[in-house]
Amino acid sequence: MSINTTEKQATDFNVEMPDADGHFGIFGGRFVSETLTAALDELQETYEKLRNDPDFQAEFDKELAHYVGRPSPLYFAERLTEECGGAKIYLKREDLNHTGAHKVNNTIGQALLAKFMGKKKVIAETGAGQHGVASATVAARFGLECKVFMGSTDVERQKLNVYRMKLLGAEVESVTCGTKTLKDAMNEAMRHWVTNVDDTFYIIGTAAGPHPYPMLVRDFQSIIGRETQRQCDEQIGRQPDAVVACVGGGSNAIGMFHPYIKYPEVEMYGVEAGGLGLEGDDHAAPLSKGKPGVLHGNRTYLMEDENGQIMGTHSVSAGLDYPGVGPEHSWLKDVGRAKYVAATDDEAIDAFHKLTRLEGIMPALESSHAIAYAMKLAATMDKDKVIVVNLSGRGDKDIHTIAELDGVTA
Amino acid sequence: MSRITKTFERLAEEGKKALIPYITAGDPDKATTVPMMHALVEAGADVIELGVPFSDPMADGPTIQLACERSLKHGTSLRDVLGMVAEFRKTDKRTAVVLMGYLNPVEAMGYPEFVEQASAAGVDGVLVVDMPPEEARSVDSMFEEAGLDLIYLLAPTSTERRIKTIGEVGRGYVYYVSLRGVTGSAAIDVEDVERNLDHIRQHVKAPLCVGFGIQNAEAAARVSEVCDGVIVGSALVSRIADQADNPVQAIKDVTGLAGSMREAMDANAAAEA
Ligand SMILES: Cc1ncc(COP(=O)(O)O)c(C=O)c1O
Repeated sequence: MSINTTEKQATDFNVEMPDADGHFGIFGGRFVSETLTAALDELQETYEKLRNDPDFQAEFDKELAHYVGRPSPLYFAERLTEECGGAKIYLKREDLNHTGAHKVNNTIGQALLAKFMGKKKVIAETGAGQHGVASATVAARFGLECKVFMGSTDVERQKLNVYRMKLLGAEVESVTCGTKTLKDAMNEAMRHWVTNVDDTFYIIGTAAGPHPYPMLVRDFQSIIGRETQRQCDEQIGRQPDAVVACVGGGSNAIGMFHPYIKYPEVEMYGVEAGGLGLEGDDHAAPLSKGKPGVLHGNRTYLMEDENGQIMGTHSVSAGLDYPGVGPEHSWLKDVGRAKYVAATDDEAIDAFHKLTRLEGIMPALESSHAIAYAMKLAATMDKDKVIVVNLSGRGDKDIHTIAELDGVTA
Repeated sequence: MSRITKTFERLAEEGKKALIPYITAGDPDKATTVPMMHALVEAGADVIELGVPFSDPMADGPTIQLACERSLKHGTSLRDVLGMVAEFRKTDKRTAVVLMGYLNPVEAMGYPEFVEQASAAGVDGVLVVDMPPEEARSVDSMFEEAGLDLIYLLAPTSTERRIKTIGEVGRGYVYYVSLRGVTGSAAIDVEDVERNLDHIRQHVKAPLCVGFGIQNAEAAARVSEVCDGVIVGSALVSRIADQADNPVQAIKDVTGLAGSMREAMDANAAAEA
């Protein structure tokens, strides 16, 4: 690889993270009730064993190749580049994966863990339904019973994905407590898991939650960054100057970032949901506007009020509508290795239309946030510079949202 | 000696077991909490677990989730809860008070300020559901210096190693979660609890109290035979839910149930003696 490895900053980015207890600096860890500890210990032990087991890795790679359809292409977006008038923009096409997003990289990995642990049932939480669909998909693939927890507000908003999950044989449980959205679905999945740990595996959908989840989700998603490194070498003959990804819980972003962390000459930009703007409370940008706290088993940046109660969030894209973020991002922010910015609803929608018209690629609204920021960034950079944007998913699921905004009844 | 430890010593001398009711502070409204605490003491409570409401009570079933929602509707904050304890302490110096809740409100206030204010208000113990001993290491001594007992949970799934750890670091009492699940899930299996407690006692010197799934006086009495204290939460909180619009009646119903548990437990202890 044509990367200069000798440069280092004050933090040693060659040290493997997290530590043995799941900490990324002050972030991460395992803040759970005693009732979950044994289950997490069991998962951690299994994963430590399988992580470096060639048979497990071979099976994972085989699934990624033949079921998911990897490697996903690295595509030079020539007309988008021209439009921005600066750095060359490449797209890492996670939208072309089976089920249409990066989520499946992780659900395949965790379903294999479930299989190795002899668990016959899986549960998952979902917001937009993308992770729910990806979980239901691998459950069908591996013959596992699947139950998906989804906030009742989201069940209403995402009817098509609810139906998809049902077609795949999953049971969708509507969650009516709290704000009735993703965070509450995660609470309910945890509660179900506590009660059924013996035969149930919990497939968490993003790089958050108690240790070892942030680590294992990151490991499974890191295929994105590793492929990008190889493809950049082959296609461009060098590594990019910057990588850009949207950040909800942070799994697609950490998948892209992680292999690049130890190469400080590659800048990393995580794009949060700016919603109606960062001035008010109607956004989902804990890294930009939140503060450190503890939720869902880890210490991380959170959107909370002055009393430590978790706030409701807003984003046009349901997949970014989460008040927390994976702990590794909180660490990357604090040590200054990655920069976290935001794109508003309007900027994301505009980017959706631009990419659709200029490249014939309809991005998911989540990914549109990354595109929006990359377009701004590219314009400030020279033409010989290179940006890789992680196009985390395709936009089919969002067409009704776009249609509604346009006043079209699709 | 902490008020909690004194309470258990006194009870041991009297040949009685501790009755520990849980209520969520601010449920159904802020004004009802302190009178309800006093009424619970009247009905025979030895320790009161006062819940600090949280927006995301991950380890709780629907009953306590809804109690948190009722309380948060009035904006009950951790500061408000500390104020309630201070108010209660004005006239009750004897009954131990344990704050029970989740970590984030404490993190938001900041540990130094929290331990100082909790101690000043007259709080005796703190049970943070999502702060296991591994994550408490860096703040543990702050609680100790402020005279606050950090109380930990043990579960049927706890391993030998963890039982030992909690035996070493747990203070006040250890809260044994009697079943796999969230609060309010199912009825308790006393034989199963007894077997597990026998095992736990080999490593834990602090009093062992049992909670989750104790729904009526008879269950409280039977459980009290095998442990040092009985914790009752969801059964009381659901009485509050039933009378959320009528706090006076809610207090009557809650103390009625707590009182019947006290009676049954004491009758049982007397019969054994
Ligand atoms: C296409 C797509 N991108 C991004 C996300 C955000 O999740 P994460 O930040 O974990 O990648 C989602 C979540 O549903 C998604 O569906």
